[in-house]
Amino acid sequence: MSLTPVHLQFIAIGGLWTIGLSAIAFIGGSIIGFALALARISPSPLVRRLAAGYIQIVQGTPLLVTLFLFYFGLAVIGLDRLPAIVAAGFGLVVYSSAFLAEIWRGCLESVPKTQWEAAECLALTRWQRMTRVILPQAMRIATAPTVGFLVQIVKNTSLASVVGFVELAQAGKLVNNTIFEPFTVFIVVAAFYFVICYPLSAWSRSLERKLNVGRR
Amino acid sequence: MSAVVSLSNVHKSFGAVQVLRGVSFEVGPGEVVAVIGASGSGKSTALRCINALETVDSGEITVCGHKVHDPALDRRALRRDVGIVFQSYNLFPHLTVAQNIMLAPTCVKDMGKAEARKLAESVLARVGLSEKADNYPEQLSGGQQQRVAIARSLAMQPKLMLFDEVTSALDPQLTGEVLRVMEDLARGGMSMILVTHEMAFARKVASKVIFMHQGKVWETGPGAMLDDPQTQELREFLHNGL
Ligand SMILES: Nc1ncnc2c1ncn2[C@@H]1O[C@H](COP(=O)(O)OP(=O)(O)OP(=O)(O)O)[C@@H](O)[C@H]1O
Ligand SMILES: [Mg+2]
Repeated sequence: MSLTPVHLQFIAIGGLWTIGLSAIAFIGGSIIGFALALARISPSPLVRRLAAGYIQIVQGTPLLVTLFLFYFGLAVIGLDRLPAIVAAGFGLVVYSSAFLAEIWRGCLESVPKTQWEAAECLALTRWQRMTRVILPQAMRIATAPTVGFLVQIVKNTSLASVVGFVELAQAGKLVNNTIFEPFTVFIVVAAFYFVICYPLSAWSRSLERKLNVGRR
Repeated sequence: MSAVVSLSNVHKSFGAVQVLRGVSFEVGPGEVVAVIGASGSGKSTALRCINALETVDSGEITVCGHKVHDPALDRRALRRDVGIVFQSYNLFPHLTVAQNIMLAPTCVKDMGKAEARKLAESVLARVGLSEKADNYPEQLSGGQQQRVAIARSLAMQPKLMLFDEVTSALDPQLTGEVLRVMEDLARGGMSMILVTHEMAFARKVASKVIFMHQGKVWETGPGAMLDDPQTQELREFLHNGL
């Protein structure tokens, strides 16, 4: 048996699910990650420690294990009839929130302290200092590493297959189970990943270049 | 009239290092006080305490009626009355010159955009930079950036201006243009404290010179004091150039 258009279509749909799951992970992870990044530089030590604890636990757990925990954990609390994308989505959102939080905390902290101080001396509130002075500068620094991490998210969605979610990698595996042409099939799968990831890394690189030029 | 600034027996340590060891002085309305002293003598720390960027360990600081040593101090109210300019300008690099100046009046005083823009233009005219309103800070020379920083403070119409070695990062040529702006301010009756290494400027503009040594006000007097130092330490300080 060989690869037919039907197989290709099946893999392509897997690719769309990969994009969808990546989008969920990125959007959800951004919202929670942003709040966590702010919490990490909060004036309150308790808030800082809580955020740091969450990030450490998530970063210290393999994504595979996080996904299993959500899959079986949701079943334990009686939500076992939920589609696989829910467990996969939750797991990936939690995973990306922790990493994005750390990336963004670094960006926020790389804005010189003197900028905070200058804004403080102009009688701006803490919120105004953050939104009008610090964030706009941190966002410029954050763009390139954030897009870079987006590529990681896309690739890591392949782990969602362990909870039965049929994304790109799992679609390839299923096709291979029927035609037993692993090399051909996974070359095609790899090509799909490349088509999704390449524009992102190219974008990230060009952003980085632009930023460096602006610095000079 | 009562003093704009008064420090009374102020102590401040960083860990085991005693930086201010009983500092007292006053600044009257319209007075220009120059603070001089060797590196590490606590000049910057004293300025930062006056603006509540550092909290004092003991002693009292009153600035424009605000009790700065009081833990219940309303910092934002204090900062509306006090402008500060640093050696490193600290302009906001993502904003144009005009936006740098308009930020605080629009955020803090709820001024409208158009009114704030007019205000920005008028303070820029005062520092001689009207044509730079729409440039970004990185497009300006050091001296121009420092004048923008002064204009940004002036836009808040402070009752007191603090300057911490604002010309130390500039070459002599650019120093003059910044000093001229400060002199104009002094003539206009602004109360100010300036930490400076420019002895000639201190002698000319200051109504009072404070020589700090080892965390204390060691010697104080009118500008002429620099020509006739009373203490051995000031004599040595003046003799060694800086
Ligand atoms: N945040 C801080 N933490 C620890 N030590 C500090 C801090 N700020 C200042 N110091 C120390 O306090 C002392 C006085 O510093 P300060 O900056 O007030 O001196 P200065 O008179 O302004 O000197 P310079 O002319 O070099 O600016 C120095 O020994 C400095 O190392
Ligand atoms: Mg200093």
